[in-house]
Formats: sequence, structure tokens, C-alpha cells
Amino acid sequence: MEWIFEPWPWYVSGPLIALIMFLLIFIGKQFGMSSNLRTMCTICGADSKADFFNFDWKSQRWNLIVVAGAIIGGFIGANFLSNDLSVAINPDTITILDDLGFNSAGEAYLPTEIYSWEAVGGIKALIILLVGGILIGFGARYAGGCTSGHAISGLSNLQLPSLIAVIGFFIGGLVMVHLLFPLIF
Amino acid sequence: MRSIGYLLIGIFFGIVMFKSEAASWFRIYEMFQFQSFHMYGIIGSALFLGVIGVQIIKRKNLKSFFGERISFTPKEKSFSRYMYGGIIFGLGWALAGACPGPIFTLIGAGFLPILIVFIGSLLGTFLYGLLRKKLPH
Repeated sequence: MEWIFEPWPWYVSGPLIALIMFLLIFIGKQFGMSSNLRTMCTICGADSKADFFNFDWKSQRWNLIVVAGAIIGGFIGANFLSNDLSVAINPDTITILDDLGFNSAGEAYLPTEIYSWEAVGGIKALIILLVGGILIGFGARYAGGCTSGHAISGLSNLQLPSLIAVIGFFIGGLVMVHLLFPLIF
Repeated sequence: MRSIGYLLIGIFFGIVMFKSEAASWFRIYEMFQFQSFHMYGIIGSALFLGVIGVQIIKRKNLKSFFGERISFTPKEKSFSRYMYGGIIFGLGWALAGACPGPIFTLIGAGFLPILIVFIGSLLGTFLYGLLRKKLPH
């Protein structure tokens, strides 16, 4: 059972994600996380500002329960199922990140250079996280789904729109990492 | 009863996101540098099984646990919304190093600055709702 405390390899994680999608399908629902953000906006009263949020959010309550579970799962994974939180990425990647100023590469789960309160206190990291979040929320709704809704659910159902969206995800990601990171960091 | 099912599936999902390191900013960066097979293996193997499973469900007309018909709603046809929206999402995914599922997982894991990403993602969703009619779909 010692393996459970180590990072889980792709050939365990990938099939488990497929299993999660099928459990939801067989319970009568669809796997998609970003639609919860719309539901939360509606609960916060956004329906009075735009029709897009004018829907019966209670029909999405099941998905909010999945979100609550995902939060609990993160707590369990970090506190009870891990001995060492550092992520052993490729040494070449660590070298590139060191040059960009990410000295925590290879030693942490998230880069402390942006994901620590000290870093967030210096406005730059705060703006990076906030802008990153805005792009995620805006893009996911514009594209009608995120990694779970398009890359997993949509592509599993051989949907061309999902393929276009996933190609978009990669164009955006590659532009960010290769063209914009050297300007930002 | 079903609520407990959703909760357990969510917990399982959160654990998998955390333990697979798909919730790690570093893994996302490494993926976009093409320097590891890890993320491609996760998405690829999930998809491989996903495509086969969906085909089986459709061809055998399998019913849900509750005996209901399983329907897959096709995504509406378009190019621009998926491409433009996808690119914007990808920029955020690489910058914050998290997609919507892992954002929740990381809150639970105790990386609290992720709350800023979460608030940003709500703002982004709200902004989309305000601008939706002016955007090419």
C-alpha cells in the first residue's frame, strides 16, 4: 500500500478520471467543472445583471456537491495520502524555471514564488493569480467548457467542437508559456 | 441518496486530481514545454477508455444506475466560440497552472492563495455573462 502515498502515475490517474466520468454518466449527469462557476455567480445575484445567469441554479445543485467533494478530496490527498508534496518534474524543466526565477521548482507542489502569502503581498503575484483566474473563468464559459467538459467528456463523445476547444487550450497555453512568460517573469 | 453519491464522486475526483499532480502548476508548465509524458498520459489514457466506454453505452443502449436512458447532448456547432474561448482559457490555465477542478482541490489541500484564482474565475465568468451578446460565437 506504500504506493498510495507516492505520486500516482499517469496509467493509474488517467483510467481513474475515466471512471469518474462514467460514474457520473451512470448516475445520470455529465462531467464538467467550470459550469459551477456560472451557478455560483447566479447564487451571488448575477442574474439581475445579465440573462446568462438567469436559470434555475437548483438544477445544478448536484454539481456543487461534487465541488464540495473535490475540496474534501484535496484535503484528504494533501494531509493523509502524501508523504512528500514536492513534484518531481523533468530536471530540464527545473533548469528553465530556475532561470525564470522559480527556485521552488522540484521542491514544492505549487511555486511559492506566486502561491504563498508573502508573494501575494507583493502586488505582481496577486495580479498574476487574479488575471489567470479571470482568463480561466471567461475562457471556459466562452468555450462552453473546460478541461473536464471538453478535453475529457466532449472528446470521449467525439465532439468536433471539443476538439476545436482543446486545440484552443493548447494554443493559449503554448503562447503563455513560450511567448509571454519571458516577458512576465 | 444521490447526494451522497455526488459527494463521494467529488471526493474521489479531488484525491485523483491531487495525487496525479494534475493540480500542480509545475506539471502544467512541464506539459506546455513538452518535457514529460505525464499529463499527456493522463489525458490520453482517460480519453482512450472514455471513447471506448461511450461507444459501448451508445451501441448497447445501456441504462443508468436508476434505469434511466443515458443521453449525450451534442455540443452546438460553431468554430469561433470554441477557438477564441479555448485560447483565452489556455492562457489562464498556463498562467495560474490550474483548471476549474483543481482550483477546488487546491483550496481543500490548503494552498489558500488559490482563492485569488477562484475569485478571478468567478469575475471572469461574470464578465463573460455581461459581454456575451457582443462576442462572436
